[in-house]
Amino acid sequence: MNVWLAIGLTAAGCYLVKLLGLLVPADTLERPLVQRLAALVPVALLAALTAQQTFSSQGSLTVDARAAGLAAAGLALVLRAPFLVVVGAAVLVTAGVRALGG
Amino acid sequence: MAEQTAPPDIRDEIAPPKSDAAVVRDALGVGIAVGLSGFAFGVTSAGSGLSLLQTCALSLLVFTGASQFALVGALAAGGNPFTAAAGAFFLGTRNAFYGLRLGQLLAFRRVVRPFAAQWVIDETTAVALAQPDRRTARLGFTVTGLTLYVLWNLTTLLGALGAEAIGDTGAWGLDAAGPAVFLALLAPMLKSATERATAALAVLLGLGLMPVLPAGVPVLAAALAAPAVLWFRGRREEKEEGR
Repeated sequence: MNVWLAIGLTAAGCYLVKLLGLLVPADTLERPLVQRLAALVPVALLAALTAQQTFSSQGSLTVDARAAGLAAAGLALVLRAPFLVVVGAAVLVTAGVRALGG
Repeated sequence: MAEQTAPPDIRDEIAPPKSDAAVVRDALGVGIAVGLSGFAFGVTSAGSGLSLLQTCALSLLVFTGASQFALVGALAAGGNPFTAAAGAFFLGTRNAFYGLRLGQLLAFRRVVRPFAAQWVIDETTAVALAQPDRRTARLGFTVTGLTLYVLWNLTTLLGALGAEAIGDTGAWGLDAAGPAVFLALLAPMLKSATERATAALAVLLGLGLMPVLPAGVPVLAAALAAPAVLWFRGRREEKEEGR
């Protein structure tokens, strides 16, 4: 039930912000500070999420095969690989390191 | 495309005209590549313990990848539904700013807006903004949105079914898909020192607070890195001007 509650809240919230952008007059969010925060908040969230989902398990810090996978994804990004290749590299390297007993 | 000499009419756009086929090709390229990564979401979500119906509902109703991954990650880590949804919601707020730019560019009729809204995401915005005029922008937005929506939901279903068949998704390295998606979204954003400082501070907050705060809360706390870095930069600029 809790999961459905989270899904409902997320779906409603995410749809409303999408709609809000299309409906409000263009100058509503034109303030420079709002614009800069809007650009920076996703950076902070994505960075924290990347780190957490790579270096944690059951709420404690760990370094395991996922770190190697993420390094591979980083390398793919530096080499300007397409999105799917980036994700694929992370998955393959993580699986490979685990298979080798990492 | 054969070379064509443009008729000497007065064009109101400066960019060179672009054929519809070229726009559709661009849109399909983005739509298919990203649409297929719904498979990774389906696997991750099912591997995190969500049911098939819950996983598919997320892709159908939320339809913004980062928020979906964030939500299932937070729920898997044992976060309560409110903090999990809050993290996903804050990630989704960037779509409001895309909507602002698209609203001006596409100028959809009022009737169409509630339907177009669901497709206002990273990829559709990128394709629409890359087009030279309103007509091609609308075409790009629509083709990207439709392709992505259909494929993303189809591959979510397949991924969730696949995860149930695979059993242990960790052995296949599929738990690395989520963070890789985040990294791929983050990389193009790290343009200047401000963004890099924000990312670094957010990583420190996100990891550092994890052992002491309940699941889901550290990510929200890490979002505070953004105003913190802006405030610090503002102060430094004031000091330099004061001299």
